[in-house]
Amino acid sequence: MAERKEPKSKYTLDRQTPGAFEGETVTRRRVMVVAGQAAGGVAAAAFVLPALGFAMGPIFEKQDQPWQSVGKVDEFTDESYVPRTITLVEGIGDAGKSTVYIRKYNPDLDTEPRDEYNSYIAISTLCMHLGCPVRFTAAAQRFICPCHGGVYDIVGKVNGGPPVRPLDRFYTRLVNNAVLIGPRFSVNSELRRFSPRDPGEPLDGVGQYLYPSRPSMRKIQGT
Amino acid sequence: MAKIKLPAPPSNPLVSPKRPGKKYGPSGPLEHAEEGAVSAVGWIDERTSLSGGLRWMMFRKVPKGTNWFYTLGSSTMFAFLSQAVTGVFLAMYYDPSATRAYQSIQFINNEVFLGEFVHAMHRWGSSVMVILIFLHMGRTFFFGAYKYPRELNWVIGVALLVMTMTMSFSGYLLPFDQRSYWATIVGVNINGTGPLVGPYLSEFLRAGPYFGATTLSRFYAIHMLLVPGAIAALMGFHLYLVAKLGTTAPPWIRAKAPEALREEKIPGDS
Repeated sequence: MAERKEPKSKYTLDRQTPGAFEGETVTRRRVMVVAGQAAGGVAAAAFVLPALGFAMGPIFEKQDQPWQSVGKVDEFTDESYVPRTITLVEGIGDAGKSTVYIRKYNPDLDTEPRDEYNSYIAISTLCMHLGCPVRFTAAAQRFICPCHGGVYDIVGKVNGGPPVRPLDRFYTRLVNNAVLIGPRFSVNSELRRFSPRDPGEPLDGVGQYLYPSRPSMRKIQGT
Repeated sequence: MAKIKLPAPPSNPLVSPKRPGKKYGPSGPLEHAEEGAVSAVGWIDERTSLSGGLRWMMFRKVPKGTNWFYTLGSSTMFAFLSQAVTGVFLAMYYDPSATRAYQSIQFINNEVFLGEFVHAMHRWGSSVMVILIFLHMGRTFFFGAYKYPRELNWVIGVALLVMTMTMSFSGYLLPFDQRSYWATIVGVNINGTGPLVGPYLSEFLRAGPYFGATTLSRFYAIHMLLVPGAIAALMGFHLYLVAKLGTTAPPWIRAKAPEALREEKIPGDS
């Protein structure tokens, strides 16, 4: 059997390192190298971490969604939709505006229980395939997307095409005979309310866990 | 005393010595101008030794059978350089704000001298770069030039391809017309369909839950600062590896054995 190699001593003096001290285990060169690299790392982190936080910040910031009036109660019926323009983002002109289709709650059509936020139904025009703007076609009584052929019925449930869930909705409220539009929320195929998700993110089954809601936008607590 | 003998300084630094093979020093304005250029380059090279590196990069041995397909990589690089230069000049007039971006593009197209031309170069050049990068990738694949020891260069090339696609995606929004806007909405939502990270990725791209006031400037910064810098750096490394490892011969070129070996008979071989 080959002779085993003598393990190196942990003392620099035994290893005959030039300039070694009694009882020294780490050379001064090694200390300088580690200290230099650590200083470089700290200096880099000092600008990289704030910059990253700066870029990521908006993900964790809660977006303000003020209630806005879209008209008097007698402007809407429970038969068909009336389009109204609302402002989602202030200060960027047309790019911050969106169309919402509004009608009165109709017990013949709507299956979800009445509460203080759905005496008027406000349907978002964001297609739930990839976010193109859908249009309500009165003759067909359907929402139709021009991009990839998504079709939704009169309450916004998917009739055909690639969309993965029914059209999003907005909370509505009545104040002094005016209809107010509030935050957006998403619905699954049973029209149960969820915190708003982006288009293309299914909410049925495992979808609600694969596509978590984000801190920037949540549904109203307890609805 | 030191015994080192220093060379004597030139007797008159203003008079150039004659070149080897020439009878006299420079005469006439043309030769003096040439002499001036040569000594300026020489001054830089004496202090940087750049000429060695340049010679290493530019005067490489290439295998037999090297053909026009081998120019696709440098074509891609020149397409990128064209994008960089036209992009810098477009940035002088472009305004990445949601309310003024469209007008600034209209101004570039309709008012600025050669503005429409430079804008079109940038717009069509982006497609040219994407086409060239795929042709280059196809050449590398079909010639087997991705094999050992060039795998890392293939990986870098794929990273460059992804970043070129990122450039196309982020640049598409900048004209800020209807097509840009909706294509970006759709593109960001496609990013959002990735499970678990998707929702956060799309939110990062938009800088919030909606297409907002800073989405356009975010795309602009990604398009003109973040990705081009990374592309330039990786392209440099890609080129370094090409020069270091050399290029491959096309697969139809057979390696020729030296004369001495060809004569040799292998035992048992008829």
